[in-house]
Amino acid sequence: MNDQTPAQMRPAGAAPGAVDAASPARLKRVSDGAQAPLLPDFCNIGIVVRVLLAANAAAVAHALVGAASPGDAVGRFVTIAAWLEGSVLLSLAALCTVRRSVAGRARSLQWATAVGVPAVATALVSWGVHRIGLDGPGAASAPVAWPAALRALAAAGAGWVLVEYFRLRARAFSPSLSEARLQALQARIRPHFLFNSLNTVLSLMRSRPREAEATLENLADLFRVFMRDTRELVPLDDEIETCRQYLAIEQLRLGPRLEVSWSLDTMPGDALLPSLLLQPLIENAVHHGIEPRTEAGLIAIRVERVAERVRVEIVNPLAQDAPARPGNQMALSNVRERLMLLYDMEAELNAAPADGRFRLTLEFPYRKERRRRDVRRHHNPDR
Amino acid sequence: MSDAITILIVDDEAPARSRMREVLSDLVPQFPHRVVGEAANAPEALAQIESQQPVIVLLDVQMPGMTGIELARHITARAADADGSNPRPMPRIVFVTAHDEHAVEAFEVGAVDYLLKPVRAQRLLDALQRVQKVIPAEQLAAIEGLARATHTQRKHLSVHERGRVILVPLDQVVYLKAELKYITVRTREREFLIEESLTSLEEEFEDRFVRIHRNALVARGSIAGFERVAPSADNTDGGGDPYWQVVLRDIGDKLPVSRRQWSVVKGLVG
Repeated sequence: MNDQTPAQMRPAGAAPGAVDAASPARLKRVSDGAQAPLLPDFCNIGIVVRVLLAANAAAVAHALVGAASPGDAVGRFVTIAAWLEGSVLLSLAALCTVRRSVAGRARSLQWATAVGVPAVATALVSWGVHRIGLDGPGAASAPVAWPAALRALAAAGAGWVLVEYFRLRARAFSPSLSEARLQALQARIRPHFLFNSLNTVLSLMRSRPREAEATLENLADLFRVFMRDTRELVPLDDEIETCRQYLAIEQLRLGPRLEVSWSLDTMPGDALLPSLLLQPLIENAVHHGIEPRTEAGLIAIRVERVAERVRVEIVNPLAQDAPARPGNQMALSNVRERLMLLYDMEAELNAAPADGRFRLTLEFPYRKERRRRDVRRHHNPDR
Repeated sequence: MSDAITILIVDDEAPARSRMREVLSDLVPQFPHRVVGEAANAPEALAQIESQQPVIVLLDVQMPGMTGIELARHITARAADADGSNPRPMPRIVFVTAHDEHAVEAFEVGAVDYLLKPVRAQRLLDALQRVQKVIPAEQLAAIEGLARATHTQRKHLSVHERGRVILVPLDQVVYLKAELKYITVRTREREFLIEESLTSLEEEFEDRFVRIHRNALVARGSIAGFERVAPSADNTDGGGDPYWQVVLRDIGDKLPVSRRQWSVVKGLVG
């Protein structure tokens, strides 16, 4: 089975639950419900769109159920929409704003925010709409307190359901089963790579001891990264350094068969991305594009900034036939899953053969580290 | 020195070959031998085996182009089907692999030995001493078993021509036709002769070839269409009845389809 089958990713039915791409400190334990922030990322477009759609679908359903005629249904919907749209948008905007400051606090405060913010927003909008008379014909003279209170109560319920939904979803997406954990661990430790690399080091030991040393140093750095929590966010510069170390080891093993070209001129080195997002893709390119070939092949890596997004392109030769060995099929789907969890609809991964080569493109939002400038930044020019 | 055991190292990775040389050189006192060559791929390996006649081949399992297991099949087949006029000793094969659970499982059963990379001197010495005692027929059977267990399908046919081994990629084969003792292998460019059985080829490459006649297998992808041939004086094949023939892509040859196979074959082209 070849991992490099044409495919496209546009996750539609999923939202990034409790994960916030912009705050590394909070990203530590997505799967362990206890420490995860309760509120989903309400600033995420995917979530905003989905919440709006759900609210309007409920409004349409309500309008239809009690309607005497189609015209009546439209009228009923307009009456509901008058206060509903504003309430939802105000709730989302408020949640988006306060989310960050609430995330690290007590669970009870987070719950209170999830339930209270929509309730208050709905009450405010209802009152406002009533004041300017959009509330429906003849409604201006009716008392506003009761309808507004009932709507606020409904909004509080909706907030509760929403948070509960994203909690369940985050749990479903996290590899909590021990088998999945083991697989993930094995994929990261990469036994084949380890043994091949050790064999390379041994072959250098007698004739080129200095290169053997440098290779062991690279290997040590790589395994430190492999064993780190892959949900941790790192600057792009660090991830590229990991890729370079990996390729340096493979270069020794594969010799002139492996050619690599980098174009990183407009790469935003401070952009944050999940650790080990790119390295497995490059490893994949080596396995499928270079290892099965007897002649030399080029892996071209380009990382650039396109407006407020980071765009990565990896091109490798197309495998002549089946890969030399199975076992790496998981790489692409793994990266895809992680992208979906983190960025939802804002990330895109395309992989397909083009002009006799295999081209993979990856785009994700350009987010910089806002606080804690120097989390991990050690660049060694010797490498 | 001339009667020292000769060894060939086959591995696509240069560091792995030099490491193997180093470990072997450490073993010279315990196991007198001579490394007669190194090969980075299957054609090189077959050429070296032909010219150097090594006693032992240390063969990497993961190689591009052709896996070590397929190469082992070509190496052993080459020795096994040599006719009496030119008997060639079968080289003893020791497989070397970095990490492959499935292959390792398969190795456990047969009369072939394997080493795990990185290779240890003592373990290599054991393998070298043991492999000399392996009986060729047992090794042949073990490698066939290994190929089955690892689902290694040959991607090439090996053809022996004037003391040379030529590897014909299967995807270039248009048809296989049994003729007396031999099978004609027709590629786009030319023909080769091999000594194998059409039935076993049919079984092994069922997904690639279809039988159109008692004596012929045709590559499914090479069938361009069918033609009906009217009965004529020189058409005695179908007893004077009309029959169908396959028109082949690229080479323009036509081969008759037997009445028995027609029902199977006719569905292949829309």
